[in-house]
Order: sequence, then structure tokens, then C-alpha cells
Amino acid sequence: MQKEMAYSFPDEVLKHVFSFIQSDKDRNAVSLVCKSWYEIERWCRRKVFIGNCYAVSPRMVIRRFPEVRSIELKGKPHFADFNLVPDGWGGYVLQWIAEMAGAYPWLGEIRLKRMVVTDESLELIAKSFKNFKVLVLFSCEGFSTDGLAAIAASCKNLRELDLRESEVDDLSGHWLAQFPETCTSLVSLNISCLGSDEVSFSALERLVDRCPNLRSLQLNRAVTLDKIANILRRAPQLVDFGTGNYAAELQPDVFSNLAGAFSSCKELKSLSGFWDVVPAYLPALYSICPRLTSLNLSYATIQSPDLIKLVSHCPRLQRLLFLIQVLDYVEDSGLEELASSCKDLQELRVFPSDPFGVEPNVSLTEQGLVAVSLGCPKLQSVLYFCRRMSNAALVTIAQNCPNLTRFRLCIIEPKTPDYLTLDPLDAGFGAIVEHCKDLRRLSLSGLLTDHVFEYIGTYGKKLEMLSVAFAGDSDLGLHHVLSGCESLRKLEIRDCPFGDKALLANAAKLETMRSLWMSSCAVSFGACKLLGQKMPKLNVEVIDETEPPDSRPESYPVDKLYIYKSVAGPRFDMPPFVWSMDEAVKILH
Amino acid sequence: MEGELVLLGGGGGGGGGGSSGVSTNESAVLSNVEVVSEACSYPAESELELGLGLSLGGATGKTKPATATSSWGECGRILTAKDFPSVVSHRTKNGGPSVSVSGTKRAAESVSHEGGSPTGISGSSQVVGWPPIRAYRMNSLVNQAKSQRADEGDSGIGEKDKPKDALKKKLNYNGNKISSTTTVNEKGHLGFVKVNMDGIPIGRKVDLNAHSCYQSLAQALEDMFLRSTNSVGAEKEQLTKASKLLDGSFEFVLTYEDKEGDWMLVGDVPWRMFVSSVRRLRIMRTSEANGLAPRFHDSNERQRSKPI
Repeated sequence: MQKEMAYSFPDEVLKHVFSFIQSDKDRNAVSLVCKSWYEIERWCRRKVFIGNCYAVSPRMVIRRFPEVRSIELKGKPHFADFNLVPDGWGGYVLQWIAEMAGAYPWLGEIRLKRMVVTDESLELIAKSFKNFKVLVLFSCEGFSTDGLAAIAASCKNLRELDLRESEVDDLSGHWLAQFPETCTSLVSLNISCLGSDEVSFSALERLVDRCPNLRSLQLNRAVTLDKIANILRRAPQLVDFGTGNYAAELQPDVFSNLAGAFSSCKELKSLSGFWDVVPAYLPALYSICPRLTSLNLSYATIQSPDLIKLVSHCPRLQRLLFLIQVLDYVEDSGLEELASSCKDLQELRVFPSDPFGVEPNVSLTEQGLVAVSLGCPKLQSVLYFCRRMSNAALVTIAQNCPNLTRFRLCIIEPKTPDYLTLDPLDAGFGAIVEHCKDLRRLSLSGLLTDHVFEYIGTYGKKLEMLSVAFAGDSDLGLHHVLSGCESLRKLEIRDCPFGDKALLANAAKLETMRSLWMSSCAVSFGACKLLGQKMPKLNVEVIDETEPPDSRPESYPVDKLYIYKSVAGPRFDMPPFVWSMDEAVKILH
Repeated sequence: MEGELVLLGGGGGGGGGGSSGVSTNESAVLSNVEVVSEACSYPAESELELGLGLSLGGATGKTKPATATSSWGECGRILTAKDFPSVVSHRTKNGGPSVSVSGTKRAAESVSHEGGSPTGISGSSQVVGWPPIRAYRMNSLVNQAKSQRADEGDSGIGEKDKPKDALKKKLNYNGNKISSTTTVNEKGHLGFVKVNMDGIPIGRKVDLNAHSCYQSLAQALEDMFLRSTNSVGAEKEQLTKASKLLDGSFEFVLTYEDKEGDWMLVGDVPWRMFVSSVRRLRIMRTSEANGLAPRFHDSNERQRSKPI
């Protein structure tokens, strides 16, 4: 075939052309053109992203892409973030590391999300990859500072070490001192998740001192306010900084030292951290506020007036994450002020400080979000926790912000209706999907019937990820989503009355998605088995911690169900409480 | 008759979930579905191939969704969660949650009705994983509450217009005020502590706030680590008998590491004291547990036989 091609470029030319193609989607398209393109492309693919570590085996990846330098893997389902996935479920990275250690000696970047990483895995990384540069462990667990010490000691050219939101067993703070004196290559260091005692500050200072390219540094809570100035003065080139603790007795010299240190950071654009904030120290930030584009105050227990004062100094803010205190002053007006000062705002996240609180006297309501939607036309991404909502408000928001790509609303009490009319919130969310034509991610809450899913199926053509809880009336709801949302990749559902019918009728759809999670729904064990048997390209896994699903009648609903497409077949590392419905794997536990 | 089972009106009759009238082979599930499709004719909805069981290659998203008033409503209701008695958590009409077998909800008490803290010890009306806030963030909130409690005595931590008390009181978790009885271990994992069992590489986590006594905790751990596959129906009896993990009669015994890093036998101190000082748990081989602090014969809390 190659000889008959009218246009036949030498491989080197094609390789060069392909090197400009970075996105996975495009690369995949390139490899489908013809066999020779497939071959050339696979040899020059340097970056691989695997959204579900069980969708493919390490060996398969290695066989197809022999020259990978950078890999990204995701493990547990998203609902693991909320303790819905039992411990021990899986997501172990060790086998991947072991296989890649042999096959990819030049592997330089490993990015993992929601995976179990042991010290053994870290030690293997440290030992196996001479050119190792980037390690990102996002929301991972299973390792200790011993593993980190191995990385620090061995990785001579480490550029990035990011442990955000991971669970680390802190055995000792001395791991930081394991970075050799010759290591000067660090560009990014995020240790914000580490525990109280386990960061040797002097080692940190020395490290920061000798890394002139350090651009991003996130400290952990143990680093006290008085130490921040020291660090900042050693790294005035920082672009992204996460403070540790931001509380101390107010002392003028500490304050002026801090203010001076901040103002010397001419490149600083992004701030986070701020545990335990003492408001009196916030003005130390004022000099850099005008440059800030991103501010994460979502751990900062500061109160609205101080927050607003701070934010009003940041007219260029594009990304604001903050924590709303449910106290007795009006938060909505705070958001209104924000809306008037931060016209460039693209992303807003509002977290509850009191998620289990009982009192209904909320100081933050839907009005705050409406105000922001009105004042910030560039708003693209919203995560909003509140206690009441109305269809009218949602319609207004939808009309004000047609550019929304991510909309996640959490009305804290499940099945809360429109507080004005007591209707379900179907129309409101319907307006969101209808007006926001580029919506990629949506999380629902409140009282919702099957109608909302009809809207979603009709209008949510670009929707890739949908999260549903305590919603819907019948299988029709699920059917609307599965049959209507053409771009759907991830669907996660909990506590909804969805059963077998919609699932079985749309079985083929599941092969086009990355994964489906359903917990506390009404899918029967029989249906799971049927799916497992009829759909060889899917792994159908039932999770039940109390007893094996086959000890009950087949019509009995399963507790949790996780279905994902896979070319690797059923996995071998399932714990006793996970059952595979694959016919080849009989239920032997 | 399977047809009747499927074409239920609202509400009742679901009795026994799938047990009455539905045979236990998988085709029964499909045959129910088929009955529905035959009984009602969808107006020109031939694209909706729902009634035909597995649609292989059919429903690829090109099907038009049903028009607003779905014909499904006319055909009668399909089996939904309501037909399965109390196996899926759902709200009762007055908004209170019902108890779920699957364990996604805890006590049936709805705190929101009372407007105050519930009386039950394990009466947290929280649903697991709701509101959807990452564990990492929850830990952070809890840690801050802790340090604010600790700072209580300090004067002059900057200017504080609002009394810390107000903040403290508002931070309730599990419906109770945060106190030393709310389990917050060193990392503030809101009640979840790690459990490892000798000989088993995979550790688990258990939520101490879901238990109010040693028996219930030990039972949960037995279920997690020692469960046999035929435990159906055995739950209730096991609750009443003494846990073998606690009485020293078994090959394994339950131990814990406290705040000072010492390993102790579980069961000696009052429950609340245990909860506030435990860092993690270990199901240890009894043979290795010899060096641990000797167990007192505390009689009140549980019945047990003398260890052999």
C-alpha cells in the first residue's frame, strides 16, 4: 500500500509533522489514517494519558508505544473522593512502574490521580528512571515520607514534585534533606498535604535557596507565618505560592517584613494556602493583589468583610476559590461586591464551612451566584454549595452565562425543591443545559424528576461528565441521558431509582464511555451478570462489602456497580468485596 | 404473574422486591421488560428500543428522546426502587430519610426536623459521602476546628471581631458539637482510622463515628476481615454475642495505637476515651500481643468469658 501512495513522505518528515500534534485525540486520529502513519505515530508518541488504569494493561501500552517519556494515569472512580469506594478497591500503580522500569528507561514524567502508590513504587521510580523529572501525585495514598526520601535522593534532575491532596504517612521530616546539594533543578514543589511536624524547615530553606528556577511552591500548614517572609525572600521569582499557616500574633515588624517580602515577588500571580488566617495580616498581600489572577482561599477561615476587602484589591482575578462562613452577616452582598470588582472572573468555587450544620439561616443563598453570573460574563466554571435554590435563579444564571463549561451545584439537603414554588428544579437545570451549549461537566442536586434528564438528553450534546444524586423517578431518566448525551464519557449516579431497563437497553452506549458508577440504585444482580456476559468489552464490577451478591436472589439490587470499558479484560487485583461479572471469571471468592 | 408485577400502579404491591413471581434466572429480568413493550404501543417511537432487552448496537445516542409527555407514563410504572422494600434509600413523603440496607444512610432520624442535635449516639443522619466534599477538605475543616479549640485560651491572636465561640458552635459534625468525643485522629480524618490485620497486605479504614461501643466496632471489623461467605442472616445473632476479637479467645486480638504511639489492647478504657486517643488499629496475632498492657476485667460493658 505504501508504494501506491501518491504522496509519500519520508518517515522523518512525517515524524516532524507529527511532533506538532500534541493532543491525544489528534494523535489517535492520525494513527487511524493508514498503517504506515500508525507505525510512525506510535514510535514517536511521547506522552500517554490513561484515564482509567484498568482500561488497558501496561504491557499493551508498552507494546504499542515503545518510546514514551511521560505518562498520566487515573485510578479510582471519582466518587472515591467522597468515601463511596471502599478502601482496598484497587488502583495500584506498582505493576505499571515495574513494567515501565524495564521498557521506558527514559521515562521522565509520571502523573497519577487517585491511585495507591506505595513506598516500594516510589523507590522503584527513583531507581529506574535516570532522567526522572516530574512526579505528580494528585489525591493518592499508600506512601510515606520514606518513599519521598528515595525520590529526593535519587532524582538528580527533579523538576516537579507535587503531592497535592495526597495522604502521606509522615514518618519524618528529614526526607527534604535528602535532596542533594547538587539538586538545583526544582521548578515546582507542592507539599501542602503533609502533616504538622514533618517538614524540616531548614532543609526547605536551603532547597529553595539553591533552586533559582522555582516557580511554584506550596507549603504545608506547619510552616508558620513568620517563616513565610524568609522563604519568599529566597524565591522572589515565584509565580504561584501557597502559604502555610497564616496566623500569628500581630506584630508590626513581622507584618512589615511579610509585606516587604510579598512585594518583592514581582511575578506572583497565584496564591493559596491560608490556613488559620489572622485578618490583620491580609493587608500584607495588598501590594501583589493587583497582579493576582488566581486566589484560593478555600481553606481560609476568614470572614466576609475581610475577604471582600482583599478581593476588591484584585481586579484581575480570574479564578477565585473560597470558603463561605455560615455566620450572621450577609454573604450574598459579598458576592455582589466581588461581581462588581472582578470582571474577568472565569472560575468560582464556594465551599461550605459547615456542611453538616442544621441551621437553615443561611447567609449564602442563590442570590450570590446570580449576582456573580450577572457581573462576570466570562464565568466558565462554577462549583457552588448552598442551601436553597430556585428555578428562576437558575434560568437567570443560564441566560447570563452562556459560556459555562462546568456547572456543579450542590444544594446541601438532598431533594430540596425550588424554595419559592416548591417545584422540582427540572426547569432550572434544563435552562442551564439549554443555554450553555458548551457545557462539559454538570453536577445536579435538589429535587429532580425524570424531566431534568429529558432536558439533559436533549440539550447536553457536549456533556462529558454528569454527576447525579437523589434524583429521578424511573428508568426513563437514565435512558434519556444514555441515549441523548452523545459526548458522555463519565456518568456517576448514587441513590437514584434507576434499574435494569435503561441500562440494558443502552448497553452499547457503555462501550463508548469511560465509565459508569451506580451506587444505591436499583440495578439487579441479574442485569449485571447479563451485561458482563453480553458485553465483552466492558468490565462489569459489583461492589458489596456485606455479602456476595450471589447469596441473594438475582433480582436483588446490587449495592455498588462500576462499569468501564477495557481492552485488558477483568482485572486480577480485585479485593474480596469486588466481583467481576465477566463470564470467564466465575464468582470465586 | 410477571406482567402484573411490572405494570404496577404507584406505590404498593412491590412486596418482596423481586421475590414473588419473578424467577431467579436472568431472563426473568428481560421478560418483564418485554411484557411492558408489548402491552403498550409507543406512538411512532420505534427508535426507542427499550422494550427489547439488550440493545446491542442500537442505542448509540442517535435515538430521539421521548417527547415531553412520555408514553411510559401511560403504560404504567416499571419496576423501580420503590418496589424493592427498603433496599434503596429514599425519602419518605415527609422528607425524612428511610433506612437503607445498603448502608448509605445511617440512622433514620432526620436532624433537620428537630433543629438540634440528635439524641442517638450513632444517630448521625448524615449520608455517606454527602455533601460531596473531598476528604482532604473535610480534614482541613476539622483540623482548623481543632486548632481553634486549642487556641481558645490564647489572647491576642490578632483582632477577632466575632467571638470564636460562635464559630466553634457552628462547626457541628455528625450533629454533635465538636468535642473530644468526635473522633478526630492526628490527621483529622473525621472518624476514619486505618485498620491492618497481620497477614493481610491490604489495610482498610473504619469510621469510628459510626459506632458507639466496642462490640459494634469489633463486629464491623470481623465482617471486614474475617467474614465467611455464608454470613447471610447471621448478622443479628452475631451482634449479641461477644466479639472474639475482644476477649482474647481467638487467634487474633484487636489492638490500637494511641496518641503517644503506644500499642494497647482495645477494650480497656471507656469508649469515648478510646475514641479520642486512638490513632490506628491493628488486628494482631494473639501470640504477639503478649507484651501489651494487661487487660482489666471490666465487667460492665460486655459479657465475656475468661480468656483461655
